[in-house]
Order: sequence, then C-alpha cells, then structure tokens
Amino acid sequence: MAYADHPRQEILLPVKRSFIALTLIVALVLNLIPLQNVALAAWPDFIALALLYWCISQPQLVGISIAFGMGLLMDIGDASTFGQHALAYSIMAFVALVLHRRLSNFGPMKQAPQIGLILIAGQFIILLTGLLDGSHFPGWDFFLASVSGTLLWPFLSSMLRIPQKPRSDTDAR
Amino acid sequence: MAPRFFRHGPSLLTRLVFFVMLSLVLMAVDARLKYLAEIRQTLSVLVYPLQKLANVPKTLYDGVSEFLFSGHLAEENAHLKQQHLVDRGQIQQLRALEAENAQLRKLLEAAQRVETKAVMAEILRVPHDPFNRKVMLDKGSQSGIQPGQVVVDDTGVVGQITRDYPWASEVTLITDKDHSVPVQVVRNGLRSVVSGTGKDGALELRYLAVNTDIQEGDTLVTSGIDGVYPPGLPVAVVSKIDRNSTNVFARVTCIPVAGVGHNRQLLILSMQTPVTEIPVEAIELKPESRKR
Repeated sequence: MAYADHPRQEILLPVKRSFIALTLIVALVLNLIPLQNVALAAWPDFIALALLYWCISQPQLVGISIAFGMGLLMDIGDASTFGQHALAYSIMAFVALVLHRRLSNFGPMKQAPQIGLILIAGQFIILLTGLLDGSHFPGWDFFLASVSGTLLWPFLSSMLRIPQKPRSDTDAR
Repeated sequence: MAPRFFRHGPSLLTRLVFFVMLSLVLMAVDARLKYLAEIRQTLSVLVYPLQKLANVPKTLYDGVSEFLFSGHLAEENAHLKQQHLVDRGQIQQLRALEAENAQLRKLLEAAQRVETKAVMAEILRVPHDPFNRKVMLDKGSQSGIQPGQVVVDDTGVVGQITRDYPWASEVTLITDKDHSVPVQVVRNGLRSVVSGTGKDGALELRYLAVNTDIQEGDTLVTSGIDGVYPPGLPVAVVSKIDRNSTNVFARVTCIPVAGVGHNRQLLILSMQTPVTEIPVEAIELKPESRKR
C-alpha cells in the first residue's frame, strides 16, 4: 500500500462523464433500497459519499449544482420537505470543493475521518431543518449513518478509482 | 473568449449562497404554501423507475423464500380454508345484521352509512427520514388514487394519502406529528381528536379535561364527522392516562391498533358518497323563497 500514502504519484486516466453519472444513479438506487429498523438507521448516505468523492477528485466536473440536483431527487425519494437534502448536499459539496486540494494529499485511510466530519455536518444540517419544522429529536442513532459512511469511505474511494487506473502492460512489470 | 480551462463561472461562494437561498425558499414554499406539487410529480417520474429497481432485491428475496418454503403452503392453505369457513359464517351473520340495520335506519329515517370502495396497494418504500412518518405505496393517480383517501390494514386505520404521483402515492401515517384523526370512544361515545406524536407506536389525545370519563383499554374508532374518514374504523387503544390535577388537561397516550410499519399490503379506501349531503328541505325551499 505504498501508493496509499502518496496518491499523487499515481497517474490516473481522465474520468468519463458517463461514469460519474452512472455512479450517482447507482448511489441514488442504493439510497432508495427499502430497509427496516437498525439497518435503516445505519445505512450510509451513498449519494453524499459519491458526491464528496467526485467533488474532491473532479472539482471541475462535479460541483454544487449537481449536489443540489441530487438533493432534490433524494427529497422526492424520501418524501421529505423539498430542499432539505438539497441544502445539506450543497453545503457538503462546498466544503469538499474548498478542501479538495488538501484532502487529495491524503490517502483514502487518512481521508476517512475528515470525510466523517463533513458527513456529520451534513446530517446536522438535515437534523436542524427537521427540528425547525417542528419534529422531535430522533435519537443519537440518527448519526450512525455518518459512522458507517466513514468506515465505508476507504473501500468506496478505491473502488471508484479502479476504472481510471491505466492498464498495466506485461512488460511494464 | 477564454479557453475552457480558464472559464470558471461565478465564484464558489456565490454559487453556494445561490443554492442555499434556493433550497431555503423551496423548503419554506413546500412547508407552508404547497405550490410545488407539479414539480414534485415531474421529478417523481424520474425517481420512480429507480425506486422499482431498488425494490428488486427485496422482491427477489420474497420470491426465493416463497419458493424454498413452499412446503408451508399446504399447511397455510388448509389453515386459510378453515379461516375462510369461519369468516363466511360470520359474513352471513353480518349480512343479516346489515339488512336489519338498513331496515332500522330507514325506520328512523337516519342517513345511510357511507359505502366504501377499496384498492389494494403494496408498500414501495419506507423513507429513511426520522422526521416524517410516511410511506410510499405503489398505486398512484393512474389507479384513481387521490389525496385525502384513507389507508387501512386488516386491523385498523394506518393513515391518509397526502400526495399522489402518477404511479406512486405518499401516505402520512397516523403517528406523524402533523396528523390527526377525529375519533370516538366505543364505550361511551365520547368524541375527541387523536394526534400523532412523531414517535413510532404512540398517539395522543389532547385537550381532554382531567375528569373526562376515559379509561385505560378504551378503544377509539373514527367518528366520521370530518367527512374524510368513514365512521367506525378502529384507530387506537388507550394505554396510559396521567391525571395530574395541577394540569388543566389529562395526558392520554394511545397505541395505534393497525400495525403501522409491519405490513406489506394495505387497503386504500375511497368514499363513494360524501358524508354530508345537502338536506332535502334546503333544496326544496329555495324556489319557494324566490317566489315570495
């Protein structure tokens, strides 16, 4: 795992826009999977993770507007107040875009806790809007999604990197 | 024109402020004014196929487990046949009672009870949103579902349709914090309104005086005076009463009868006739009053 500490040394192929779109659609489907009880509470927000990954690695292609759009789709899927997820995702994308140079200096393992903080901030915004709408505090297990998202980040970010890896020839070894 | 690489558009902060303002406006409009139904419906057409796709694993699992455990089918079939016989006997009794009831109502010249039609729907999704008690059903305006229709399961009231999309609809459960049902206590006919608390499996009877005649274990059924819920559907059972004489009102907690969140299939009821009809006398009187 030498490259994990020096990801800059790895030269990646340019990413296809269609691949970004595909990952976002897959993330939306994963978010919409019907679940119950503990699994529902601990199910990570895949859209937030995918958006954060693309905002950090491709800030020219994925920005606040795409985050906002995905938020609106999530609001429809979740039957929540229109704009609740859109607000949270926009702010999360903004933080990721501001920090993307700094974050891309770290390997996936070292990125994870920082991503966790952004995820918690995003959930806090959703919580705040929910409370302003007159809801009860849903309990601390609400934040389990951020914890599971943080744990998932290293796997997810190395998985999303695979299609951009240059094909190694046999004589290159 | 600058090369593509140097074009950045508005600054990051400007874009953030724009989208934050936009989402705040959307939230305010959606929560208070209900103008966004068309936009929601359009976007739901995009989301619906993905929702169906996300349901595939569960449907597959159900299919496979049904296939694997088909040994239970014979047993279940026998049990259901027995249950069917028992039910048929009871239905015949019920028919007789219904006829008798109709006869008695005619004698009393009371209004006929409302006839209801039911459509069965399956739960498409329970949203991952701790702030709203809502579920999505797989029947929508294409199947004649309209906002305001009542959703029940085999034991009692589950909720009410609050939004309709072309192929899906959104049910607000009776446990939602913004949802209330007009009810009546079966034992003594006391009328009240039961409200959701936003927590699973808890309802509340608000503004009942401390000395109100209500007991633990009392069954609450819909009173039907709102014109939305048909009368006589079981809603909740009183579970706890806190009569603190320092307060003006008793704190009455109830448990919903229906398995809110335990069912896959639900029934959507539609009322065929409005509950409150214009009295015949009022219609007949109009032309006469003009003559005078």
